[in-house]
Amino acid sequence: MATATGTPRYQVLPGPEGLLPPSACAMGVVLPQDGEGLVEGVLVSEDKAFKAAARAMLTRRNPTLFPGPLVVWAWNKHTQEKASVVLEIAAEIPGVKIIPMPDYRPIYPKIDPEAVINPCHPNLTIWHNKIEACIFVGVHCHFANVTLKMVRAGTNCYTIALCAEAGHEDAMASVPRCGTEKLHKMVEALRQVKKEGLTPWALTPDGKRELAAERAQKKKQREAIAAAAPQFAHELVAGLDENEE
Amino acid sequence: MAEGLDTEVKTNPQGDVITATEAPKAKEKENKAAKQRVVTPEYLFFEAPRTKTFITGSEAAKEAIRRANVDIAISYPITPQSETMQQVGYLYAEGYLKDYYRGEEEYGVMSAIAGASRAGVRALTATAGPGLMRGMEVITSWPGGRMPLLLLVMCRVINAPLAIQPDNVELSYLLNSGVIVFHAENQQDFFDFPLKAYMISEKCEVTLPVAVAVDGFFVTHARGWVELPPEDIKLPPRECYHEAVPMMDNENPPARLSRDAPIQKSNFISYQMHASWQQEIWAAQDRARPWIKKYMGGLVEVVNPGAETMIVASGSAVSQSREAVRQAGEKGDTIGLVKIRSLRPFPTQELIEACRHAKRIIVPEFNCIGWMAKEVRSALYGQTKAEIVPGPRVFGGMSMPTELILEYLYKTPNEGRMTTKPLTV
Repeated sequence: MATATGTPRYQVLPGPEGLLPPSACAMGVVLPQDGEGLVEGVLVSEDKAFKAAARAMLTRRNPTLFPGPLVVWAWNKHTQEKASVVLEIAAEIPGVKIIPMPDYRPIYPKIDPEAVINPCHPNLTIWHNKIEACIFVGVHCHFANVTLKMVRAGTNCYTIALCAEAGHEDAMASVPRCGTEKLHKMVEALRQVKKEGLTPWALTPDGKRELAAERAQKKKQREAIAAAAPQFAHELVAGLDENEE
Repeated sequence: MAEGLDTEVKTNPQGDVITATEAPKAKEKENKAAKQRVVTPEYLFFEAPRTKTFITGSEAAKEAIRRANVDIAISYPITPQSETMQQVGYLYAEGYLKDYYRGEEEYGVMSAIAGASRAGVRALTATAGPGLMRGMEVITSWPGGRMPLLLLVMCRVINAPLAIQPDNVELSYLLNSGVIVFHAENQQDFFDFPLKAYMISEKCEVTLPVAVAVDGFFVTHARGWVELPPEDIKLPPRECYHEAVPMMDNENPPARLSRDAPIQKSNFISYQMHASWQQEIWAAQDRARPWIKKYMGGLVEVVNPGAETMIVASGSAVSQSREAVRQAGEKGDTIGLVKIRSLRPFPTQELIEACRHAKRIIVPEFNCIGWMAKEVRSALYGQTKAEIVPGPRVFGGMSMPTELILEYLYKTPNEGRMTTKPLTV
């Protein structure tokens, strides 16, 4: 499916788009129906949307999964099943990071961008980790939309929203009503794209170099923290023995 | 005298006969409410057989709430809303609602109903004129909180001078709040719109409060024909776990998902997040459009499309305009009419399409400031060469004779009284 030719159409592309881009919905992008997906603001078949998402996650720099509360917290059986499929998706993306959005409360004075992404300032996490492709999954729609617009405004990240409800116009690729079955289609799409001969970013010379440098830097940081830690840090880590006489 | 006791007529302190029926006995009521079965919205709206009844707007709203599977209703009495909520009180007594109470005043009511909505239940409130103004601070926080609920607005004069008469200036204050606003024309709309409003309000991609407004007295206290589906069916319950924000669930983990912090303390969130949040509210309004089309038959109704003279109106002004269109038709003139059902989201594209052939557009309204004329001019700016006549307008309790509309259709307002000559006395 394509939009009518000749009519100017708003494209939902990786940014940075500017200080305050409009919501894609206000620019006429409509939500997909069953069997459809959205790619860059255009309604396409669900399969095409999965494929576009898979390509982005396998070719762009530092692909990352941002699982939200609806898959992070094991509060019912469905959530646990869904989380397992999300891990299957991760397993198909070499060099993938998983940075959760565990809840939506502001984190102050400062977030740890390697540990979490927060809807108040999602770009801190994306900039810090140089993320150029990401999947939001299990994030409540309101917070996903708020976040997606900010990411488009300030970063060059290709955003993908695998949504359990109606989908997201503000993502570059989105598929609605993603239960476990549809999430499996994402796993399949990743496998298919790799089978077609695409070399994942993490396995390219550039990717290997960047990931190796990152590992080395993190090791250095850990060592520095351990060396600078005060003597009583052990108690903080191990916990105080409350029964101690 | 003894014989007369059985037929004693009860009166209020003013001597008016009290006609309200007593609430039925507990056993009978509970049974009826408990026997209601859930049907699909499509069945209730379009397929269920309907019976024609002659009832007031307040009674029509009551019948809607009976079938809406509402959990809680909270309000504070104010004319002309009081009668509707009194009727809803009967429904509570009959077991159709789980909870029902009078708040302290409108600020408290609008806060309490917000709490109910956040807790995941289907919630109803209603107010009018000054009550809406009093509750407005809280009402404007509902869309940002992404709270699905229904607010019935029975429009009346905003004080002062003190009056309780029909006038819908209050709606202009509601239009930029982020609340979805429908304007009912008659008793039938005041039955249909609330039911449909709930279904639209609770769609995940919408998740917004909906106000269904009606012109007080003209509709609330007057009788009209209303086609009602059977009372033993009701809408499906609210699915609070399938909405755009987590509802507040203090009993199930993860309880830490409370959304209080970000939206109650602006200094805790980034300015950019607040901006994106506001955009999201209006995007959600736009996402309501397909559902309004599906359930309500569109944001507008167009009579005589293609006419060179169009009337654009909402609420009771539509009823009066229909009659004016009929009278003009008797003279052999085809006048078009656009009934605007949805004030927010506003039917800009539909209006442009409907007025494509228009040379003259008049906008009758029941308020002094002419908010609808401003909306119409804004929507049609650069899209039409038609003359847009802001009127006729009546307010402060006045009714709108169809003759007044006809006068505007055929004459320039204030014709014969305008001059460019110097004033000589």
